[in-house]
Amino acid sequence: MILFQAENIVKNYSNHRALDKVTIKVPQKSIYGLLGPNGAGKTTLIRIINQITAPDAGTLTYMKKPMQREDIYSIGYLPEERGLYKKMKVGEQALYLAQLKGLSRHDAITQLKQWFEKFEIGSWWNKKVEELSKGMQQKVQFIVTVIHKPKLLIFDEPFTGFDPINTRQLKEEILSLRKKGATIIFSTHDMGSVEELCDHITLINESRTLLEGPIDEIREKYSENEFELRFEGEINLLTATLNSRFRILEHKKENNYSIVRIQLTNNGTPNDALYSLLDAGKILSFNKITPNMNDIFIKVVSEYREKRKSENPGKKIKK
Amino acid sequence: MNKTGLIIRREYLTRVRKKSFIILTLLTPLFMAAMIVIPVLVMSSKGQEVKRIAVIEKQGHFFKGKIHSTKYLKFSYLDNANLDSLKRHFDELGYYGILVISPKIGTFPSAVQLISHKQPPLEVVTYISDALEKEIERQKLLAYNIKDLDKILKSVETKINLQTITINASGQEKETNTGIAMALAYISGLLIYMLTFMFGAMVMRGVIEEKTNRIVEVLISSVRPFQLMMGKIIGIALVGLTQFLLWIILTLILVLATTGVVMHKKSSNSSMQLPKDLFSAGTEQIIQQQNPTATKTISMEDLSQAQKMLDALKAVNWGLIVGSFIIFFLGGYLLYASLFAAVGAAVDSETDTQQFMLPITIPLILALFIAMGTFQNPESQLALWGSLIPFTSPVVMMARLPFGVPAWQLVVSIILLFLTFIGTAWIAARIYRTGILMYGKKPTWKEMWKWLKYKNF
Repeated sequence: MILFQAENIVKNYSNHRALDKVTIKVPQKSIYGLLGPNGAGKTTLIRIINQITAPDAGTLTYMKKPMQREDIYSIGYLPEERGLYKKMKVGEQALYLAQLKGLSRHDAITQLKQWFEKFEIGSWWNKKVEELSKGMQQKVQFIVTVIHKPKLLIFDEPFTGFDPINTRQLKEEILSLRKKGATIIFSTHDMGSVEELCDHITLINESRTLLEGPIDEIREKYSENEFELRFEGEINLLTATLNSRFRILEHKKENNYSIVRIQLTNNGTPNDALYSLLDAGKILSFNKITPNMNDIFIKVVSEYREKRKSENPGKKIKK
Repeated sequence: MNKTGLIIRREYLTRVRKKSFIILTLLTPLFMAAMIVIPVLVMSSKGQEVKRIAVIEKQGHFFKGKIHSTKYLKFSYLDNANLDSLKRHFDELGYYGILVISPKIGTFPSAVQLISHKQPPLEVVTYISDALEKEIERQKLLAYNIKDLDKILKSVETKINLQTITINASGQEKETNTGIAMALAYISGLLIYMLTFMFGAMVMRGVIEEKTNRIVEVLISSVRPFQLMMGKIIGIALVGLTQFLLWIILTLILVLATTGVVMHKKSSNSSMQLPKDLFSAGTEQIIQQQNPTATKTISMEDLSQAQKMLDALKAVNWGLIVGSFIIFFLGGYLLYASLFAAVGAAVDSETDTQQFMLPITIPLILALFIAMGTFQNPESQLALWGSLIPFTSPVVMMARLPFGVPAWQLVVSIILLFLTFIGTAWIAARIYRTGILMYGKKPTWKEMWKWLKYKNF
């Protein structure tokens, strides 16, 4: 089931178009990655989902109905530019933000106590925010983002500024929230965390969608049918057994075994390749090489830029 | 509680709990009360100590018995005293000083000396020279041998106390007091100017704080920018009203308490002492006392003087003044605070505000100048238009009000003020909602104009 859908979203600012017919479909209980270089339009899209700003064209659908103002109370949003009132006490501030999200005072206090206990920060309740370290403040921010048990969670660059321990804790929390039924959209540059967490992604560049879909399918699509073979034996024997079904891209010798990268051609299957390889020596491993998201990202974006440059020679690409 | 209510509550509570707010709220009444009470104390304590002055004439007895003693100033005419020994011993003899009059005084104004250890107070000096002048004038007139001179002088002696009375359309007469009207106009006009600036700037700083703290995006994912802006403006308006009311109440309590103590102390002397000291200028008292027959009538005259002042104060329509003050303070504050909020949203730090502050501060300062002119001529065209045009009306109308303003002008002015506020709030909200999410470079006027046309929720 699709929880949230944005269709053909267009948003113009005074001197540029921030989003140009962008469509995303976020399945329920998925972790949806919003990728793209700086200035691509991710934050604008996120602000549109949060109803901070309105699109010039396009439709927003949330739980199969056109999105309404009240829907923001079932959304939790952790913006990239995030902060707290420095002079306010932690507990008081968390309570205020929770109430703004529609919780009653009583519910807010109960929920907050639980979260503060879980994160072992109960003793901070009466401290002023300015007394906390940045990492501590981020924990408080995370709590107030999820305090009202939102169905949809939106994290804009959630890991920037987190130390590895907090990043890990945040990732675990995101996964456990999904397990409890939440749907999560997050934007990031960190491709490692995309591979680790995301089911679906959209890659936006220069206001347009370049890639969209389940991450496995995308990786499959961009894989070049390449395999890595490790074996003990003679490389010459291997070349001798070469047939038209595959070819060797590169090979190198390491200690007492060889590493070879081969590519299947002419509808060759891995089985065909393995069959021919059996005589070449002792096979240690045979792995499919799937491109990582980082490579796909760079490849897609730079191909797009090349295309734009050749379409508009001499014209500087506007952001 | 609804969202705007929550925001108002936070804005109000965080400010009211601040140390700076508490200190300012408590210290200002102390200062204001001191401004009222200290002159009273000074005036009532002055002359407590009786000053005895020895009068010596170098030749003749022209001034014997001519300088009349008062309650706190006793003159002793010494016929045959040795000036040199007196100079050494007047202190021991219980004199405050020696007045030495030379016979040439008729032609040389400086042929008279007051010798004392301490610099004598101005009142003493003025009193003595006035008495001498009068006596010399009398003696010079005597030289013309005018018949029944004393009688004539008595009959021409005149005292003026101009009564000002306003008459309204229905023919009702009311005694007024220009001095009190001036003071009220000045104080309320200036106060509105200061409070609008103070609390308007507070709104602006609040917006900048939220922007630089980066909390604003968290907030506007829960509430509309307009709610956030209005919540802040209203919350701070309540802070302003709280502070204003506390100032008035605390000042009244302090003034009443301290003057109560003074009055209690002096109750044996004269029960009318306090109002007299409060409202009559010090010199008046002395001039009246020059009149030889005045000793008995002084208190009567003073009483009537004080009574008139009290009546004039009572005649002021306090309900109208205080009510209008609150309405015009709120209207003016709301109008300017929304503009201050827009400026706060457009910039990243307080140092960037100057360029955008100018169009806001100019009308406010202009209003103050018009108000100053109003004191001279409350009926001028400038004052009339200044009190109707919303950007200057809060200050100018408060400056005009104590002199009397037709009801229709007051109503039109208030309506225009609040209509304009709706307009400025609309514009400010549009700049605000875009500005709070813009970081980095300072926007130009052109960009801000474009923000007005962006489509937002």
